[in-house]
Amino acid sequence: MNSKAADRVATGVFIAIALVIVAILAGLLSFILINGLKHISIHFLTTPSSNLLAGGGIRDQLFNSFYVLFVTMIITVPIGVGGGIYMAEYAKPGKLTNSIRSCIEVLASLPSIVIGMFGLLMFVTLTGWGYTIIGGALALTVFNLPVMVRVSEDAIRSVPRDQKEASLALGITHWHTIKTIILPSAFPTILTGAILAAGRVFGEAAALLFTAGQSTGRLDYTDWNPLSPTSPLNLFRPAETLAVHIWAVNTQGLIPDVKDVANGSSAVLVLSVLIFNLMARWLGSLIHRKVTATK
Amino acid sequence: MEKSIPAKARLLKSEKNWMNGEVRGKIIVFLCAIIMISATIAITIFLATKGVQSFTKNGVSLIEFLTSKQWNPADPAKPLYGALPFIVGSFAVTFLSALIAAPLGIGGAIFMTEIAPSWGRKILQPVIELLVGIPSVVYGFIGLTVLVPFVRTHIGGLGFSLLSGMIVLSIMILPTITTIATDAMSSLPNTLREGSFALGATRWQTIRRVLIPAALPNLLTAIVLGMARAFGEALAVQMVIGNVKDMPHSLLDASATLTTIITLDMGETTFGSPENNILWAMGLLLLIMSFAFILLIRYLSSRRKI
Repeated sequence: MNSKAADRVATGVFIAIALVIVAILAGLLSFILINGLKHISIHFLTTPSSNLLAGGGIRDQLFNSFYVLFVTMIITVPIGVGGGIYMAEYAKPGKLTNSIRSCIEVLASLPSIVIGMFGLLMFVTLTGWGYTIIGGALALTVFNLPVMVRVSEDAIRSVPRDQKEASLALGITHWHTIKTIILPSAFPTILTGAILAAGRVFGEAAALLFTAGQSTGRLDYTDWNPLSPTSPLNLFRPAETLAVHIWAVNTQGLIPDVKDVANGSSAVLVLSVLIFNLMARWLGSLIHRKVTATK
Repeated sequence: MEKSIPAKARLLKSEKNWMNGEVRGKIIVFLCAIIMISATIAITIFLATKGVQSFTKNGVSLIEFLTSKQWNPADPAKPLYGALPFIVGSFAVTFLSALIAAPLGIGGAIFMTEIAPSWGRKILQPVIELLVGIPSVVYGFIGLTVLVPFVRTHIGGLGFSLLSGMIVLSIMILPTITTIATDAMSSLPNTLREGSFALGATRWQTIRRVLIPAALPNLLTAIVLGMARAFGEALAVQMVIGNVKDMPHSLLDASATLTTIITLDMGETTFGSPENNILWAMGLLLLIMSFAFILLIRYLSSRRKI
């Protein structure tokens, strides 16, 4: 085989690989959506799940997923952005900065089940809370924090130097420059990164199994007092999220319509993540246009 | 006289305020960064102290844990703590899935950077991002409903097998490998390509003889990162691998990994009991492996050529 022919064969192989990757995604998405969408109905979304009978919905799991996500992001975003500011603006090259960087790397590559075990030890057993939403959210914070720090650091570093230098040249202090110049112009990128991270948190299950638990008590949606045990807003109640629910019905479920519930739940989960992704792009470019006055 | 004092006082006052805001801001963001270190140290210390309890308190032998094939920690008369089948299972699915995902991922990366940099990237980039976005339980569920019956009817065995686990994992780590490999390929300087083409080499010769060797340390980093993810993945594997606590002898045998046994048994055993403590020892092993993967990546990136 001469080199021209080998080149053509190789090109064909690379195109085939690309087609295989596209086909995998197309297959997965169409399987989830075709099987799942027909099970999604208002009834499915608004009925509590059942442990034994068919016809259960995912109302509580869906609420729990969003609530855990919300609490996680409330904790993660300020700390993550703060850490990002430190790494981009204050950190001097040295041992401390290196060790912070290594720690971010370690945290980012920890298996989520290990984070779940740490959460079980720290937020469930040591504190004596048992399985709680706040324990789950704190475990997810450990899971999400390195991503948030990296996103914010990159966003802050990509702010043009001229803007920062102009502000400093006007005699404005460093911290004030960060607050009024750098953060606003890094905001769209940070927001996009935060929404993408939220999609990752939304689908996470292994870290929540042993921290937020695999059950949900009876919830009363008219009870808005966060201290009451039946209130959905109570932070100290066990909560099974949608991702955990999919795992639980498939591996230990007793209900006869496991397939339907799992199909519907998977579709809801994947659709939510897709919406997060689309929203991240759309909001990011929208805000970018507004603040930079470019087309 | 009267003029200068208020001015001086004002200057001092405002400077003091600025200093306060300045220092306060720096301290706050510094604390945020310190949380990273404290979380890492806390995880390491907690898991290490809990993980060694099996060996210090319950008297399990480390050699037995790492080399014995017999696993029955709940037996009251003679508990057996051999985790070798799970260690082998973990390494088997990790290497086998990397074996499938690495050529696909690097091939995809080369397609995006060398074959069709304009339109190919526009199509494949979002595809990869969507694959990252699909949650791991959904991969597990699809594996359970499509892959397991397929393996059972067309290839043989129960369907719940190493083979199913490795296929599910290879799809899950594909985006990781592709993304990093794409970065590695596209960060190669164009002079390499132009120099090679100018010598009369074809595109394939350029890719094989020039570009891949130049990007090799980064491509290996991509594969190791993918393997790290595969090693730690729990739920998706647990749903398809069958969770049999014996040594696997072929790809079609059901088996178990460290993560799947932890997932299954952690909720079933009493906290603090010997059969629970041994799970923490397995968790510690996962943590140590995760450190080992990071060291390997460090070593590879120190050998970076360009």
